Amino acid sequence: MEKYIYIALFAPLVGSLVAALFSMQPKTVFTGWFTSFMLAVSMFASLNLLHFVYTTDTVLHTKLFDWIVIGSLDIPFGFVVDQVSVVMMSVVTVVSTMVHIHSIGYMEHDKGFNRYFSYLSAFVFSMLVLVMSDNFAVLFIGWEGVGVCSWLLIGFWYHKDSASWAANEAFIMNRVGDLGLLLGMFLLYWNLGTLQYNEVFATIGTLDNSLLVWIGGLLFLGAMGKSAQFPLHTWLADAMEGPTPVSALIHAATMVTAGVYLVVRSNELYTLVPEVGYAIAALGAFVAIFAATMALVNNDMKRIIAYSTLSQLGYMFVAAGLGAYWVALFHLATHAFFKSVLFLGAGNVMHAMNDELDIRKMGGLHNKMKATSIIMLIASLALAGIFPLAGFFSKDKILESAFNADAYILWGVLWVTAGLTAFYSFRLVFKIFFGKQNYSDADFHPHEAKSFVIAAMIPLAILAVIAGWFEHSFIDFVTKTLPTWEASNTASSTIWILILVTTAVAVGGIALAYVKYYKGDGFSKEWENNAIYKLLINQYYIPAFYDKFISKPYYAISVWIFKMIEVKIIDNAIDGIAHIIFNAGAKVRPIQSGNLSTSLRLMVGGLIMGLVFALVLAVL
Amino acid sequence: MTLNAYLILSTLLFCIGLIGVMRRKNVLMLFFSTEIMLNAVNIGFAAISKFHGDLSGQMFAFFIIAVAAAEVAIGLGLLILWYKRTGSINLDDIQGMKG
Repeated sequence: MEKYIYIALFAPLVGSLVAALFSMQPKTVFTGWFTSFMLAVSMFASLNLLHFVYTTDTVLHTKLFDWIVIGSLDIPFGFVVDQVSVVMMSVVTVVSTMVHIHSIGYMEHDKGFNRYFSYLSAFVFSMLVLVMSDNFAVLFIGWEGVGVCSWLLIGFWYHKDSASWAANEAFIMNRVGDLGLLLGMFLLYWNLGTLQYNEVFATIGTLDNSLLVWIGGLLFLGAMGKSAQFPLHTWLADAMEGPTPVSALIHAATMVTAGVYLVVRSNELYTLVPEVGYAIAALGAFVAIFAATMALVNNDMKRIIAYSTLSQLGYMFVAAGLGAYWVALFHLATHAFFKSVLFLGAGNVMHAMNDELDIRKMGGLHNKMKATSIIMLIASLALAGIFPLAGFFSKDKILESAFNADAYILWGVLWVTAGLTAFYSFRLVFKIFFGKQNYSDADFHPHEAKSFVIAAMIPLAILAVIAGWFEHSFIDFVTKTLPTWEASNTASSTIWILILVTTAVAVGGIALAYVKYYKGDGFSKEWENNAIYKLLINQYYIPAFYDKFISKPYYAISVWIFKMIEVKIIDNAIDGIAHIIFNAGAKVRPIQSGNLSTSLRLMVGGLIMGLVFALVLAVL
Repeated sequence: MTLNAYLILSTLLFCIGLIGVMRRKNVLMLFFSTEIMLNAVNIGFAAISKFHGDLSGQMFAFFIIAVAAAEVAIGLGLLILWYKRTGSINLDDIQGMKG
């Protein structure tokens, strides 16, 4: 089975390297299909591993090589395939394969076609390193690797200022989180002398509580950066500058869920410090409603989906924070399927509409692109949590976990968010595909995407429908490594009421969107003068706040340091040294006049000086 | 005469030769000056050899005379060649090493 681990891990890398060879050349369709094929190989190997682990209940360990061995520090480049990582591997490779195939259609006319596939496969490789690692150090490599690939792909159209700005923003925001992750790792190593998961979690109970709170908090800071939790959330919406399949893969399905994965992976740690877990859950619930409200009013198709991702990540953190780790992982998986397909559908719409993103300029596209429309409708239903689609099962469990932990406020927040989610998802769908046509036929000629692009979306759409049906086998499977959790506190009748209430609010959201955007023409213009609307459309003024109170002062300080310290001290010191040497050279240049007489005199002078020196030394 | 007197003579001659090397511009005069310096050294060798009763100093003096003769022979040959080529043996005209 070990060879399947290596095949799953290295097939994307091979694809990436081969595509990189062609990166300077104009588009060659070969790279797209080759990387997709390599991803399919990786997917096959991952699913094979899933089947193997599922049927035999064995955890596979493998060590590629010793990476760092210095004194007592021994960090192997090792991989573990257990119930958690194999689920992540399967989700990552399935979504990646479909996104690769979709990208062949989406990037068809792009000059950087080969470069794009090289980056995309490199991303998948890094992500697999992240999820398969058996220690924190190798996880960190994958963590940084996905960060770099995300930077490369957000800034893929680097000639656009906004894209390179967004790429840098994402990268810098992630640095803040990564610092936390690194410090957490240092604390772990310092106190336990190892970074291997199994050794760390076997001995972590021996540490005292305040230390555990620090470690848990710092590791979660890393997770906050990657998963774009408040206050490090602004980069995710701006990351939509990248190509749309990238948003589907990186900024919806895989990379942003790495933070959730980290918390789930460290469940032994967070179980010991429930107060940190509760803080995580509270932050998650806050982000859920915070992002959902921003999605309500936004008119940028991709940003709406990005905020929705943010909101769903909040849900996952609520579950993880309250100790329902398998629920978080379950929602992670179902969310990966329906959210990626939602983004891919948005990509099709963008293609059809010449890269138009404003949903106010669309409408009535259902007749022109039926397949995309139906797939996005299914994905939105799944996102809204309508029975029997995937989102229903996972989201409902999260609400149950909040209710079960007596966190009624969190439950209430999440309940409201469920309604908002349904509303904004269907606002998006109705504004794009139904209602009045808001573009002129002269300017746009919407057309359905190529059939293989649709074909790539169908498996994800099917998974978005059926993934929830495997809930029980999923529980049996992952709880072999994760702690079990069930709504033990709550009577089954209460659970049924909760399910009804949640479904009711979701249906209510959809119904409101139906009335307002399918039948009617949305809310009146007066709403746009409302203070709340202004607050939401400006994203709670947080980007403006960051710009004004962090970026601008930082820039001012940088300019000051540049002028005062860089130019006046450092530059002057270096220039001064150079000047001294230059002037000394100019002064002694006459020596080399080539005149023998002068040389002789200098020689005599030197001789006398030497003699005097010898005399002085002799006397002393 | 004492050893000191010989050594003073030797030093004086050496200084005269050195000043000649430094001041003269005529390359021929430079050769004369170097000869004076070499012979000043010879005087020193011979005097100290006699004073210590050790003949190796005087042998060294002979060596120097032989080397000086060889040097003058080659040097004068080069000098004549140089004069034929440029028509001047002024030191300031020889600037071939100027960078």
